[in-house]
Amino acid sequence: MGLELYLDLLSQPCRAVYIFAKKNGIPFKLCTTEVLKGQLQTKEFSKINMLRKIPVLKDGDFILTESSAILIYLSSKYQTADHWYPSDLQARARVHEYLGWHADCIRGTFGVPLWTQVIAPLTGTHVPEEKVERNKTAMDRALQQLEDKFLGDKAFLIGQQMSLADLMAFEELMQPVAVGYDLFEGRPKLAAWCERVEAFLGSDLFQETHGPILNILEQAVNKKFPKPSPEVYPLILLRISRIP
Amino acid sequence: MGLELYLDLLSASCRAVYIFARKNSIPFDFQFVDLLKGHHHSKEYIAINPLKKLPSLKDGKFVLSESVAILFYLCRKYSTPSHWYPPDLHTRARVDEFMAWQHTAIQLPMTKILWIKMLIPMITGEEVPAEKTEQMLAEVKNSMQLFEEKFLQDKMFITGDHISLADLVALVEMMQPMGSQYNVFLCSSKIAEWRMRVELAIGSGLFWEAHDRLMKLAEWDCSTLEPMVKEKICELLQKFK
Repeated sequence: MGLELYLDLLSQPCRAVYIFAKKNGIPFKLCTTEVLKGQLQTKEFSKINMLRKIPVLKDGDFILTESSAILIYLSSKYQTADHWYPSDLQARARVHEYLGWHADCIRGTFGVPLWTQVIAPLTGTHVPEEKVERNKTAMDRALQQLEDKFLGDKAFLIGQQMSLADLMAFEELMQPVAVGYDLFEGRPKLAAWCERVEAFLGSDLFQETHGPILNILEQAVNKKFPKPSPEVYPLILLRISRIP
Repeated sequence: MGLELYLDLLSASCRAVYIFARKNSIPFDFQFVDLLKGHHHSKEYIAINPLKKLPSLKDGKFVLSESVAILFYLCRKYSTPSHWYPPDLHTRARVDEFMAWQHTAIQLPMTKILWIKMLIPMITGEEVPAEKTEQMLAEVKNSMQLFEEKFLQDKMFITGDHISLADLVALVEMMQPMGSQYNVFLCSSKIAEWRMRVELAIGSGLFWEAHDRLMKLAEWDCSTLEPMVKEKICELLQKFK
């Protein structure tokens, strides 16, 4: 039994893992696990991951969670090209520096627009305007720091080539973009970086990975997106209540 | 000029870096950046780290922020014993997994407890609504439970028989509420035993020296607080209302 990846392509870290595996020709079985259909809440899934989160990697008996850990594991095990997770001491330190900052300032923040624009309305909940505004301010601040401190005048976040850091960042930024936010207005450096990442992925892989998330807003507006399963409602409400 | 570490031991991330460097006899200049006086917002410090956060490492011209990145860098550069960040693929992945998980699951709620139970009331004179406090404490309890079930299990340390960076980071973060006399280790004997093991592996002298400033936080005269910092804290209080 080979490598299994438990993913939902609506999720930013899942897309990062999916893209990395595909781009590097890593053979795996895609175990699609849909959050809004309550598939994280099943007994079977809790045996895979008691934290009830995705992405999850299962490699024989070895089970691993957390997208950054999964990406690093895959890069080591499958000896992917050095630029993804450079062996140079300082370059590698920069990847970890980005991942640390990402966990505090990007993760959790850039996912909010999908919750407020699509998921909350689907469950009949409304997110207060002041929370939406606070989130916009937080995203704004993070984007400025991403552009000034991490990207600067480089082609990619760590140097002149694509790395795990770029993948993690890009997928988070895709989330608000998918629900119609223009993150790059007045940010030409970030816009150019975004284009470079897309070009690196190639349009086939890009379309394949981003199909679900890019279609979600249109589907929701046309009432073609299925309502979340009842067992997920309390979790959705909890998540929404935690929006600062 | 040698290695410089910009630290305030009030911060858990700073304590992890400090303890690791001292434990491994890594020579460094301790550059104190006083959080309570708002020195992380000073022109001098912004020149070091424009993100205005601690800790920072400066090694010649190379400046690095984020405690996990700093710990991994020090491990490798100073060839510290391999148990700190084991080279085995699966074991290393467990450390990486914990380091990723702890940001939101451990560090954030533990820091919030210190704010809610002590710093906010002390500085603003107002208590955080009881409901929010209860919510926070419940979150912490849940995190401790998940830590025990998923990361510690029946092992001596997170990766098995030896202390690693994961244990160090976990412990210093779980110590944060102690600054407000809130002891999260009382919730489980397994965790209390693990706490002792980690302390002993570090060395009690070094451990408690690193935590001295935190433990004395209640004695701090907050009337000396920078007005700008006070303002930011009042803003923080609004988020909890």
